Formats: sequence, C-alpha cells, structure tokens
Amino acid sequence: MTLTAETSRPSVTAAAGRARRGRLLPRVAPYLQAAPLTVTLLLFLLVPILTIVAVSFWDYDSVRIYPDFVLTNYSELLTSPVTWKTYLNTLKYAALTWAITLGIGFTVAYFLAFHVRSTTWQMVLFLVCTIPFWTSNIIRMISWIPFLGRNGLLNSGLISAGVIDEPLEFLLFSDFSVVLAFVHLYALFMVVPIFNSMMRIDRALIEAARDGGASAAQTLWNVILPLTKPGIAIGSIFVVTLVMGDFITVRLMSGGQSASIGLMIANEISLLQYPAAAANAVVLLAVVLIMVVAMLRVVDIRKEL
Amino acid sequence: MNTSRRGLSFYLLGAFFALFVLFLYGPTATILILSFQGPEGGLTFPMNGVSLHWFRNLFEQQAVGDFGGSFRRSIALGLMVMVLTVLFSVLAGFAFRHRFRGSGAIFYLAVASLIVPSILVSLGIGLFFNILGLEPSWYSSALGAHLTWTLPFGLLIVFAIFNRFNPAYEEAARDLGASPWQTVRHVVLPILLPSLIGVGLFGFTLSYDEFARTLMTAGSFNTLPLEIYGMTTNVTTPVLYALGSLTTVFSFTVIGLFFLGLILLRRHRLRRSGA
Repeated sequence: MTLTAETSRPSVTAAAGRARRGRLLPRVAPYLQAAPLTVTLLLFLLVPILTIVAVSFWDYDSVRIYPDFVLTNYSELLTSPVTWKTYLNTLKYAALTWAITLGIGFTVAYFLAFHVRSTTWQMVLFLVCTIPFWTSNIIRMISWIPFLGRNGLLNSGLISAGVIDEPLEFLLFSDFSVVLAFVHLYALFMVVPIFNSMMRIDRALIEAARDGGASAAQTLWNVILPLTKPGIAIGSIFVVTLVMGDFITVRLMSGGQSASIGLMIANEISLLQYPAAAANAVVLLAVVLIMVVAMLRVVDIRKEL
Repeated sequence: MNTSRRGLSFYLLGAFFALFVLFLYGPTATILILSFQGPEGGLTFPMNGVSLHWFRNLFEQQAVGDFGGSFRRSIALGLMVMVLTVLFSVLAGFAFRHRFRGSGAIFYLAVASLIVPSILVSLGIGLFFNILGLEPSWYSSALGAHLTWTLPFGLLIVFAIFNRFNPAYEEAARDLGASPWQTVRHVVLPILLPSLIGVGLFGFTLSYDEFARTLMTAGSFNTLPLEIYGMTTNVTTPVLYALGSLTTVFSFTVIGLFFLGLILLRRHRLRRSGA
C-alpha cells in the first residue's frame, strides 16, 4: 500500500511511445500537479518558520523590533525559572490528556470495530463520534461553563443529592477543567486512527487466536493491541502536538490561573515582544519535533493510509 | 467472528460508548437550552423563563461586536479554503501516484504542517507580512494560514482514496480509446466525487472554526471565531450561548447538507444505472 509503488504503470509507458509532447508531459506533469500545494506550504509554512527563526535573534525595545544577531532572547528564556515551570505544566497537561484520550479512544474504537456487527451501525456510530469535531472548539469549551460552574449543573446536582454541602471550587477554572476540555476536544483524534487500524486487522487472526484457546482478554492484549500500535502512535502524535501548542484552551478553561508554553507565546505576542515570542516558539517547535520523532519510531505513517 | 449471544463485555462497552457520546454532546446541548434563557436569566441554570431575547440581542450591533460581518467573512473564507483544498490536494494526489524526485520531501512538508503548533504558523505569517510591509487580512494571510491546516488533511484523504482506487477502470477506459483527459474527466473524477465532497467538507468546517491560526493573520477584520473569543472575555450574558447555538446549528446544517448531497448523488447514480 505504499504510495509510490505503482511506478511502471501502463499510462507512463504508453504515453512515452507517443509524440514528443507525450514524452515530456508525463515527466513534468507530477511537478505541475504538486506545485500549488507545495508552493502554498512553502510560502505559508516553511518561510514563516524561517522568519520566526530569524526574528528569534533580533533585538527589540518597547516600540519596535530591529534586525540584529543577539542571543539574549534565548538566554533570557532558558534561564528563567518561569519557562521551566511552564514547560513542566504543559508536559503535565500533555501527559494527562494523552493517557485519558488513549484509554477512551481505544475502548470506543474497540467497541465500534469488534462489538458492533453491522457495517451500517458502525458507520453511523462512528459519525456520531466525529460530528463534534466539525463544530467550533471555542463554543465546545464555553459549553462546559453551565455544567461545571459554581452554580452549575454538577454542583447543584451534588448538593441536592446530599453528597456535598458547598459547591466544589475546583471544577471550573482549574487544571481539572483544562484537562477535561482537552479530552473533550481531542479524544476524537485518538478514536479515528485507532479505529482505522482496528478495521484493518484480519478477522481470521482473531478467530485463530480463539481457536488456539485464547481468552478475549488474551486476544485483546496479544493480537489486537500490537496490531493497533500504528493507530495509537498517530493518535498520540495528534493529541500531544495539539496540547503542547495550545493556548486558548488553557486561557479559557483555567480562567488565566494556569500557564502553558502556547499561552506564554501568545502573551509575548500581545505585548509586541516578537523576538522573545519567536525564541520561545523555536524552542517549542524543537521540543514538539523531538516528541514526534520519538513516537514515529513506532510507526511508518506512509504505510497507514 | 462473533457468536450469536451478546456477552457481558458488549453491554459494558456499549454503556461506555453511550457515556462517551453523552460527554461529547451533553455540554453543547446545555448551551442550546440556555440560549433560550429569559431576559433576566444568567449564565447557568435555573432557566428564568423562556425567550428569544438573547437571539434578538445578538443582531443588535452595539450589544456584541460585528457579528454579521465576521460571520460573512468566515463563510467566504471557508468557501475559498474549501475550493483550494479540494483542487490542490486532488492535483497533488495525482502527482503522488507515481514516484518523482522530491515526492518524499513534499510529503514530509505536508506532515510537518500538521505537527507544527498553530501558534507558530500564526506568529510566523504575521511576522513575515510585517517584515514585508504587507497588511495581513483574512483573505490573504489568514487564507494561507488556514490552508496549512486543511491541505495536509486533504492530501492524506486523497492518498487514502487513491490507495483504494482500482486502476482497472482507467485501463479499461484507455483500451476503449479514451484520451488521458477523458479518462480523468469521465472515469476517475466521477469515482472520486463522493470523497472529494468529503475533502471539501473538511476544508470548510476546519477553516470556519479555526482560531489559533487566524489570531495574528486576520488583520483588522475579525472572523467569527475571533469575534466569539473576544466575547468570552467581556460578555457575561447568555447572548454568548445564543451565538454558540447559532454557529453550532450552522455547522450541523453544513454537515447535514453534505450527507444529503451524498445520498442524492448515490440515488441519482443508482437510478441512472438502473435505467
């Protein structure tokens, strides 16, 4: 299933036999076809990142930024205890969100792939899971307020049930609500790739395991889990990179009481300290890339499409 | 693979799944209800009467910012992103059917685009425009920023489609004397069409809801997510929920139209092949 395996397709050879135009076109065609996408990504991804790298060495004062080559942006960043604390906090969010979404994602995907028997129901239930992904993230965050707030549904429910006497304060604007919102927003990124991996598992393998006398739990652990690893890796990459770079969820759901690297960068941007923000962004990118490369060791993404 | 009787594990997993769905939809349902809060009502339950007060409030310019304008801009931007995403990713998909020099690099560029945190894209494009002395605006810099998010998704979907695509159809068309263009136009594209509509839906909805990538690239006019974000910091009435309900209903309508389109397309084709 590799993308480029189909090299000697008849189209190429047949066309090559025709006129001179036919010989040239197939060789140039892929470049023309890939050009719009490539140029867009070069212009709006690669060049901006190079700009960030360049600006991270620039100097600035309270009014403007100017070209220079100084390392102060990095040295101030890396020697500040705030940076380290913030990284620790961001990593904590990433780890918690990763573990919880993995648990939920695996269970949901397992149910859909192996316990729902009709394909129609599989598709319907899968779509039910994916539709929230297509609605606004900010609205989905806000929608927790009436539920978690001081006078929210959960507190009033617990009080009227006699479980607690006073409203729980930690529900909203806390680490709890931040992680809850992350799980709510990103669980889907785990469900989809894991479900995809599970649907490709040859059902004969599972029958063979059963015939060999494996219990359901043994089959799950020794057959399904190893074959689902690529999906887990892809889901993990999505969840971890999304959480590591986030600032809006942390700002909204912690009520400004917690920090993340993304939020730190966003604050520096709003103070127009662009070189400082750029240095911070370069370090963040390096950290995220290291994490992704580590996760990619488990999976070859090009085989997973 | 299953025996005919459902085991206990089915019901436990089913219950877990039901809870997950409740978790996904429950909060949205609460704000849908609360947006019909009476004029005196607050941000939480109990409901203080039922009214359309907050929806009316939404359309009074002074109450919230420029809701109508930002809504129109978001739709226009979403449509542009949708068209370009479908076009660019399908074209690139065709290129990737054969090995060519640099294909690996382009693939990794696209994957990198998914991994790079959105705030970097936002900051980078903002700085880039700043240095060039260009004014960022929603139809230039924000458009590019959104494409860095939608194009990789589009490309991956197109890859998946082409991997499942049976080349025998194309060969048959060629054997019957179709030119390459005719093969694409009358054989390949019709087969791809339902999936392309899917890519379009992805492009539109991802752009319509994108916030982080728009933050520094939208210029002086807000898109809807920026407008909503602004409201979260200074609006403390259910008008926020009214806006949330409205944009969620809009998203659901877009998704619904997409599935309706797919069903109609399939029915149309069934009827044609039956006739």
